Amino acid sequence: MKAGVRQFGTADARLLSEGRLSGPMPWVIAIMMFLTVLAAAAGLGLGGAADRLDTTTGNRATVQIVEPNPDRREEQAVAALSLLQRFPGVTSASRIPTSEMADLLEPWLGPGGAQDDLPIPAMIDIELSPPAYARMDSLRAAVTAAAPAARLDDNAQWLAPLAGLIGALRLLAGGLVLLMIAATAATVVLAARASLDTHRSTIEVLHLMGATDVQVARLFQRRIAFDALFGGFVGLAAAGGVLLLIGARIGALGSDLLGSAGLPPLSWALLVALPVFGVLLAMVVARATILRALGRML
Amino acid sequence: MQAIARFCMVYGPPGAVPLTVEGFQPAERALNSSASIVQFDNVGLRYGTGAETLSDLSFSLREGGFYFLTGPSGAGKTSLLKLLYLAQRPSRGLIKLFGEDIVTMPRKRLPGFRRRIGVVFQDFRLVPHLSAFDNVALPLRVAGVEESDLQTPVSEMLAWVGLGHRATARPATLSGGEQQRVAIARAVIARPELLVADEPTGNVDPEMAKRLLHLFDGLNKLGTTIVVATHDLHLISSIGRSEMLRLDRGQLLDPTGALRHPPKRPEA
Repeated sequence: MKAGVRQFGTADARLLSEGRLSGPMPWVIAIMMFLTVLAAAAGLGLGGAADRLDTTTGNRATVQIVEPNPDRREEQAVAALSLLQRFPGVTSASRIPTSEMADLLEPWLGPGGAQDDLPIPAMIDIELSPPAYARMDSLRAAVTAAAPAARLDDNAQWLAPLAGLIGALRLLAGGLVLLMIAATAATVVLAARASLDTHRSTIEVLHLMGATDVQVARLFQRRIAFDALFGGFVGLAAAGGVLLLIGARIGALGSDLLGSAGLPPLSWALLVALPVFGVLLAMVVARATILRALGRML
Repeated sequence: MQAIARFCMVYGPPGAVPLTVEGFQPAERALNSSASIVQFDNVGLRYGTGAETLSDLSFSLREGGFYFLTGPSGAGKTSLLKLLYLAQRPSRGLIKLFGEDIVTMPRKRLPGFRRRIGVVFQDFRLVPHLSAFDNVALPLRVAGVEESDLQTPVSEMLAWVGLGHRATARPATLSGGEQQRVAIARAVIARPELLVADEPTGNVDPEMAKRLLHLFDGLNKLGTTIVVATHDLHLISSIGRSEMLRLDRGQLLDPTGALRHPPKRPEA
């Protein structure tokens, strides 16, 4: 007899009468995991989009020369560009070519709509160092002095509502993930308690034979872990399918912003780790629940 | 493995009927026959807020003794046994088991003590979804015995109680007597120091009752202290060296706690 062994053998997995995957718990966990993975994927995707937005618009601004007279417009554009290229903190300044402007306007004006007689503002795209970006007002004053028809637009300013929306959606996704984790934990608590009630007579017999609380808790832990593993990977597989489908649809849209919400490999790895985390969570919660309940018995 | 070898010496080869005590080695457990294995001192037990089920129990059981607990139905025999097998703590008084105060003992120490006690429940308490083999093996598994070391002793134990052919049967398919034999096999398989049995022969025929009592007798000769609650006077008289505790309305009939010897079996 091996003294001090405190673990039932594998043969004792059948001490709890119901077979594995019996009852609704694996399926409830599958649904929870499905929703958790979707919420987490949304959060991670929006994080990617926010980063992309930040990279695209961060420390960038646009100078528009809004002047109906083409000669004066051209003259002020040259003066503004010359100033900007010499201005401290401006890391790059480039005029957007007329052809590119025409392409940008084509969806609104139609093919060939941007004719010479249409006063299209001259536009200069600039990138600033962070200190210069913080002192945007001095740059605005200098540009306006060199080109009175110039208007300096901070890209981040007009994208701020979108960035705010993305941030709020990310918070919402994070909150949903936390809620799902809490709901999963609550489900495990209820399932563990129900299982404990179902097997109360067996547990009493085990106790009277000298089984420790930890020995008994392990029986439940093992079973609940198996249920959680099954449910977790079913939920992940279903959510993965949905995400791939959504990804294909977004790809077909050809939108830069939506396209940037795609999931990089690291994000996929995090999503795959969610069921593993779910199993650990279920085991810890089940163990705590069972030990607490057993502690009330003699 | 040593434990299993001892087991085989105790129970004999499979199918041995009835169990004889000649092959036993009485000095198997170092006995101190003057030492108390159980000591009750002014023990009272009350369930909830009701009247006391057991009152002012004071007695001691000697290590290696064989005791019968008798009394009319409702006298408190099962409640007293519950205190003995640590299913209940008393409402008042002192209980010492194996020399230690179990009333104030931390809960986490109780499993170690329970492993030293074998229990035959009146209602058997077999685990319904386990086979007879698995039910009997349960105490050994709780104690962490390897699966490979379980097969022989459990099979032999089942054979000894006449259920070798029903090893895979579940309790629901066994008769009352068969269930009782499985319960007894489970209680004694781990060679407890204290064996507590609540009406262990209530559902078996006289021949099986005799065999089971021989088993208890054999265990007792090896040093196991036996406490059997029963109404069966024949059973009591069949163990000559046994002593008797008589309960009535929750109190020992002899308030001094002195134990009486059972009546002698009438000469044929």
